[in-house]
Amino acid sequence: MLLESRKLLSLVGRNTKSYFKDKMLFFTSMLTPLILLVLFFTFLRNIYLDSFRGAFPDGFSVDDRILNGIAGAWLLSSVLSVSSVTVAFCANMVMVDDKIHGAINDFKVTPAKPTTIYLSYFVSNFFVVLLVMLSVLLLGSIYLAIVGWYITVSDFFMILLDVIINIIFGSLLASIVLSFVSTQGMQSAIATLISALYGFISGSYMPISSFSKGLANFLGLLPGTYGTSILRNHCMNGYLQAMIDAGIPSESIKGIRDGFDANINVFDNSVSLGAMYGILLGTCLVLLIIYVIVVILQSKNININLFKKIKKPILKKKA
Amino acid sequence: MIVQIENLHKSFKDVKAVDDISFNVKEGELFAFLGVNGAGKSTTINIISGILSKDSGKVVVCGEDIDKNLSKMKNSIGIVFQNSVLDKKLNAYDNLKFRASLYGIFGKEFNSRLKELTELLDLRDILKRPLNKLSGGQKRRIDIARALIHNPKLLILDEPTTGLDPKTRITVWKVIDTLRKEQGLTVFLTTHYMEEASDSDYVVIIDSGKIVAEGIPHELKNKFAKDYIKFYNKMAEAEEYFLSIGKSIKKERDFVQVEIESTEEVHKYFAENPSIFDDFEVLKGNMDDVFLNVTGKNLKEV
Repeated sequence: MLLESRKLLSLVGRNTKSYFKDKMLFFTSMLTPLILLVLFFTFLRNIYLDSFRGAFPDGFSVDDRILNGIAGAWLLSSVLSVSSVTVAFCANMVMVDDKIHGAINDFKVTPAKPTTIYLSYFVSNFFVVLLVMLSVLLLGSIYLAIVGWYITVSDFFMILLDVIINIIFGSLLASIVLSFVSTQGMQSAIATLISALYGFISGSYMPISSFSKGLANFLGLLPGTYGTSILRNHCMNGYLQAMIDAGIPSESIKGIRDGFDANINVFDNSVSLGAMYGILLGTCLVLLIIYVIVVILQSKNININLFKKIKKPILKKKA
Repeated sequence: MIVQIENLHKSFKDVKAVDDISFNVKEGELFAFLGVNGAGKSTTINIISGILSKDSGKVVVCGEDIDKNLSKMKNSIGIVFQNSVLDKKLNAYDNLKFRASLYGIFGKEFNSRLKELTELLDLRDILKRPLNKLSGGQKRRIDIARALIHNPKLLILDEPTTGLDPKTRITVWKVIDTLRKEQGLTVFLTTHYMEEASDSDYVVIIDSGKIVAEGIPHELKNKFAKDYIKFYNKMAEAEEYFLSIGKSIKKERDFVQVEIESTEEVHKYFAENPSIFDDFEVLKGNMDDVFLNVTGKNLKEV
């Protein structure tokens, strides 16, 4: 057991190092957060600031530090939410690469247990995403400290918890989806699709409340939406409290919460924060069960490639 | 016997990739496994090494039945894959360290084994360089080091010299010869180069999942390949003479070739018609001929 754990740790180290050494892969995974940052500093920031001001009744205003802070905090929650999935998918490309280039066979000829090998991809994925997310959180916190810090200590710890839940969700999702991929074409297609699309469907690029009612209801059915929303709540709480303290009426606060996805309404029902955690943790549990089944099938050499006709595994390519 | 295979079967849907094959590999020998692509070589190697499960049959490697002690058996074999499967962005040292850990080799034990391999394979100058910055021959040396990192008894080489330039091929073979002589390693080889198969102790030829011939190279050549004489100068005379005595000939641009049953035949023809023996050579049938005659396929063209 101890020996197998050492093998697992070593493989995790190898997978992590392979990811960070692959500059292209690292850049691809950071693409979505970078797009968000560029959008924010070019025009989204001003739009958010106008929206916040617009939510206040005539004659009411708050300190610019609160406004700049809440816009930054909203961006931070977006980056954290979207990165948990896009970085997870890109980091897990190490597993797909191993299938494409045959490294997985090199592991299978060793006495290491197949479960150790497959588990190592999930664990390294978790740590890679955690490292990237903590770096994003650190940079975001520095930015907020400069423009206006109103996040309470308890909210900050809740953000850390939210980050971990989001990473587990993203890593499990990536590990499952990419288990079925073993070609370079599928690999690039999925990386591109996730990088381009996930920012929209998780409500990270723009608030879900700004979409049409039908689309917003549909997105409300996807668990990723709640991963974003719990982060929105804890990133914005301190600022909203500061607005209340500054005398902003509660209707305006509710308007901001609704408009900026701290509240999610699905089919006209408001989803409570507790329900959001329930949905996310339940989804993680279901994904975990699916992942365990996938790992068992892979460990038993059962082909689960859905994207390609079953082909005999080969040790070498035609010369 | 270091490898015992009995009645091995493996099918992929309707395709019988390995169809009831049995063979043995003796300890310390250089064993050559020949076949065209798709003949079943790789499937067999994949089963022996535990990458693939078999449908039926018995496989015992280094005294361990793979049905009972697969994990223990894996400690006894090392594989050099046709295409390098190491991590190209990592350096050679990291590659070897991470792979060694999968055999439970860490710390001092790893360092001591690495030192041995560094001397054996002359790795000193390339250990700290990323694999994608190494030449084909250097990469091959690292592949071999990886296969030997856990001191296996059996080294499986899957077309180890395919794609390498002639000089590097010679280097790789020097390393393999040294390993066999100094460490008594058993080598299980698949190759496309018949001259490499000629140097082996025992050859098994597989075609469409079945063994079609096996034996020591000399026996196989005697059985399946005929010797021949090539006439370079008096081509027309040679052609006329051999046709007149009812022998079939093969005519090329610069020579006429006649198949013979034995070298004694040469004496007979020389006595009868010495004038055509002006510029000629008598050639022994080689493994290419064996392969062609046994499978009806030319290994160089497939």
